Amino acid sequence: MHHLWLIPTIPLAGSMINLLLGRRLPKIAVSGVAIGSVLLSFLWVLNVLSGLGSLEEAHVERYFTWIQSGAFNVGFDLMVDRLTAVMLLVVTGIGLLIHIYSSGYMAHEEGFSRFFAYLNLFMFFMLILVLAANYLVLFVGWEGVGLCSYLLIGFYYLKKSAGDAGKKAFIVNRVGDFGFSLAMFLIVVTFGTLDFGRVFAQAKDMPVEAGVGTLTLICLLLLLGATGKSAQVPLYVWLPDAMEGPTPVSALIHAATMVTAGVYMVARSSTLYLKAPLAMDAVAIIGLVTAVLAATIGLAQNDIKKVFAYSTVSQLGYMFLALGVGAFSAGIFHVVTHAFFKALLFLGAGSVIHALEGEQDMRHMGGLRSKIPVTFATIFCAAVAIAGVPPFSGFHSKDEILLAAHHHAPWMYWVGVVTAGMTAFYVFRAIFMTFFGSYRGHHHPHESPWVMLGPLCILALLSLGGGYIHIPHFLEPLFPLAEGAHEPALVYISVAAGLAGIGLAWLMYVAQPGLPDAIAGSFRGLYTLVYNKYFVDEIYDAAIVHPLRDGSRSVLWKGIDEGVIDNAVNGIGRSARNVGSVLRVMQSGYIRSYATWVVLGSVIVVAAISFLGGSR
Amino acid sequence: MLLNMILFVPLAGFLLLLFFPREQRGAIRTTALLISLLVFVASLGLIPEVRNAPTATSYETNVSWIDYPPIRYHVGIDGLSLWLVILSTLLTPITVLVSWNYIEKRVKEFFAFLLLLEFGMIGVFLAMDLFLFYVFFEVTLVPMYFLIGIWGHDKRIYAAVKFFLYTLAGSVLMLAAIIYLYNRGGTFDYPILLEMLRNGRLALSSTEQFWLFMAFFFAFAVKVPLFPLHTWLPDAHGEAPTAGSIILASVLLKMGTYGLVRFCLPMFPGAARDNAPWIVALAITGIIYGALVAMIQPNMKRLVAYSSVSHLGFVVLGIFSFNQLALDGAVYQMLNHGVSTGALFMLVGYLYERRHSLEIADYGGVATPAPFLAAMFMVTMLASVGLPTLNNFVGEFLVLQGAAQVNFTWAVFAAVGVILSAVYMLWMYQRTFFGEVSEELRSHMHDLSPREWATIIPLVVLMIWMGTATQTFLPVISASNERTLEQTKTNVEFQVNASPSLSSQVKELLNVR
Repeated sequence: MHHLWLIPTIPLAGSMINLLLGRRLPKIAVSGVAIGSVLLSFLWVLNVLSGLGSLEEAHVERYFTWIQSGAFNVGFDLMVDRLTAVMLLVVTGIGLLIHIYSSGYMAHEEGFSRFFAYLNLFMFFMLILVLAANYLVLFVGWEGVGLCSYLLIGFYYLKKSAGDAGKKAFIVNRVGDFGFSLAMFLIVVTFGTLDFGRVFAQAKDMPVEAGVGTLTLICLLLLLGATGKSAQVPLYVWLPDAMEGPTPVSALIHAATMVTAGVYMVARSSTLYLKAPLAMDAVAIIGLVTAVLAATIGLAQNDIKKVFAYSTVSQLGYMFLALGVGAFSAGIFHVVTHAFFKALLFLGAGSVIHALEGEQDMRHMGGLRSKIPVTFATIFCAAVAIAGVPPFSGFHSKDEILLAAHHHAPWMYWVGVVTAGMTAFYVFRAIFMTFFGSYRGHHHPHESPWVMLGPLCILALLSLGGGYIHIPHFLEPLFPLAEGAHEPALVYISVAAGLAGIGLAWLMYVAQPGLPDAIAGSFRGLYTLVYNKYFVDEIYDAAIVHPLRDGSRSVLWKGIDEGVIDNAVNGIGRSARNVGSVLRVMQSGYIRSYATWVVLGSVIVVAAISFLGGSR
Repeated sequence: MLLNMILFVPLAGFLLLLFFPREQRGAIRTTALLISLLVFVASLGLIPEVRNAPTATSYETNVSWIDYPPIRYHVGIDGLSLWLVILSTLLTPITVLVSWNYIEKRVKEFFAFLLLLEFGMIGVFLAMDLFLFYVFFEVTLVPMYFLIGIWGHDKRIYAAVKFFLYTLAGSVLMLAAIIYLYNRGGTFDYPILLEMLRNGRLALSSTEQFWLFMAFFFAFAVKVPLFPLHTWLPDAHGEAPTAGSIILASVLLKMGTYGLVRFCLPMFPGAARDNAPWIVALAITGIIYGALVAMIQPNMKRLVAYSSVSHLGFVVLGIFSFNQLALDGAVYQMLNHGVSTGALFMLVGYLYERRHSLEIADYGGVATPAPFLAAMFMVTMLASVGLPTLNNFVGEFLVLQGAAQVNFTWAVFAAVGVILSAVYMLWMYQRTFFGEVSEELRSHMHDLSPREWATIIPLVVLMIWMGTATQTFLPVISASNERTLEQTKTNVEFQVNASPSLSSQVKELLNVR
């Protein structure tokens, strides 16, 4: 026993302390409890991992039966293998940095203890998610992180938009969870268990499905779940709105950890997916479509957090592409490097917003390079990492993905390259609009305190050098390395695309600042379409939300319930009333008389039975 | 002895309260509380013996009540009824506390009726004689009728009469069926009838079985309520006082589903299985329909009432899936719904006591002046929408899993209800608790009082307990359900349709899409 349960439980304890006592504790104690619990959890992860050694085999700990019915049995079981180990380190490590950052960022906010209670609760559920040894416990974490996301998006609950965004996130995720649940039902029907070990052991011996069979259906349903949590087409719409939450939340939950849960889950289920090539193709195509769609939207956004949000959606699409072409370890590799540079981008954006007292519109920024130099330097590190500039972290993981995609289908590689170019463009567009040129706002920018800058610096180092932590090699026992020749030409092309994107951004936003407006003017229709995010929200509203709401009101409630059923019932009542005077007396509306009727009725019945029985 | 005490102490309490002078309100409330607490504690004493033998009838008493016709006072408890009895005994003291200040007029009658109601509820779950069951079934009707009719809101008379006539219409048919069975079998005693049906001494033709099944089924379906017999429920809930709503949702509706499991399945297995397809269709329709109509309700209590239609649809689906998991889930869901919906009605009632309105539009921003009330509401809401580790999830999961094993398409449609539950609940929560609070509302709102804490904490604890440590509750339910399912297989003239293979189901499903 390595007491894996301690890893999630320590943050849970921190959460409970802050939830129950936080209002009475000083802020330093609140943040101390929150940061301390994540630190302890991180240290315990290190302790467990060093105790478990090389982890060739999964280490499983079974605690107690959760649900038992008939032959079906599922327990609260946790496990660690190499995949979990990677996720544990990312979640607790990045989580720790973001907790520290938050103690500075949130220092002047209302609801300080509530914030940290939710953030710790999130750590609890996220750790459950990655430690789970069966699908149902994974689902506990899965729903739990969704709950915390809901609570934290709606953290500023006085604002209607925050409440709306939280609700939207929860409900859209519910659609995904619908798929996840159905997948679980099918897994139980097929394998008789939800235990990872037993499901995958059986699945290994099953044939690869040519058409749509049970495994393919399971995988497609799991994919539906993953598209919800990981913000993929068609369920990505909640993530951009989720930026209503405090910025550290965007960094931790909506960039570095929770949104990668879908990637983790698909990678965890790789044994099933490898038997279902059609589902694999679906994963790859959804990933690719999402990557392109979100990247194009990102080109035209002016809110700094929205740019990074669409970038997250797009990068998650990359990870799905990796999964879909069978490069599971490359997908997880990108999860890790993305956690570094995207957390940094968001925290850096948070530092900018903090400096400008809440300003998020990049049109009111500019020239901040000299005013907040540390923030600029660190965020620049993240930008070069995400743009795929060698030798920084994003280059390594993106390279792995693109090469695997090329091996699978060359056209996927080319779409990926174009997306990489767009990524570099919009990220550097944000950098140039924010930090270059002259300041266009009217606040007095001030650099953030070191409690915020410290985590930025650590993340900057990880963003630059993290690519040399060779995750795919570490995961080789789980996911055989995808073959595919390392053609240098392919690498050069993708790097060139990234550099071209940067150069174009420099041209348009530093060298020729008039150019963007001119371009937008000459492609008015296209620009409007992209600027308005292809009107997807509006389409969903018109096609689903409004018909459902109005139909429920006018057809179901007013029509069927009150119109048909109640009318029929009242009609029966009326006609009965006309039958005779006896019934008219019965329906007199006097309560006491009804009671009398009940008693009298019973007596008559008893008498009648006696009579009938007697004559028999 | 213990069981008879648990049954009759509430009746004695009812009579005792009638002798109190009506102005001694404090003494009346305290007496009602003490009596109901005593019954609750005593009922916990039932657990060990039922745990030991969940399929046997424990604490059996079988004496003659009326010589001729031979109606017997035959009561006992087993794994199916144990937790329902304890749910009833737990909720009675809680509703007494809930009504402590809420009820201002005719205090004496109110608390007396609560105890009479408890007597009826416990009796329903214990009766082993069909006529006795019918009597208890009707006994609950009377106090509930008065609770709505006297202490309800504006349209209380309409709601009370509707409630009364709807249920009476159903139970009259059941009574006719009971009498028919007596004429055929010569006894009202349920175990004897069951044995006669099993060994063929009482052989019902399939036509007879069909009509008897339908009579029982109709009575219970009204009570559940199963779509489309549900329209009394929103009115009853909308008009009832808080305590009435809690008992109605938590226990009285369960008398319907309990009756289905206890009587309909074992006595008429053939008819039950033959008619399962359309009943399941109605259940699934109810799940989705109830959720959609709940979504657009402007009145909180009516919203929760429609959500009950949706939740109870899961229970009926589980019962008529004829599958161990689904039935376990159904019975567990009866308890879960009792706990979480009871808590919802309680919290809505607390909002009402403060603001004197049930319209969602009259609220907004309540989380600011009453953060703990908001927090408790949040936990209850999450339980209700089926968040894992809270109670409802376990029941819904088992029902859907079991249904999926029988027919995957059922699970697909029923699971839509799980999505929708989040829609209506979160929307209501947002409109009630989030946003800026108006000065007018702020002046009404204060956070939970110690008495209110005392009523909600036990339910919240149960939500977590029943959601995680299910082994406390499930094994006895599972065991008795296994027996019930065994009974539905005996003496059935038809063949159990082998459920179609999964791959063919998958194909069918894809074609449908």
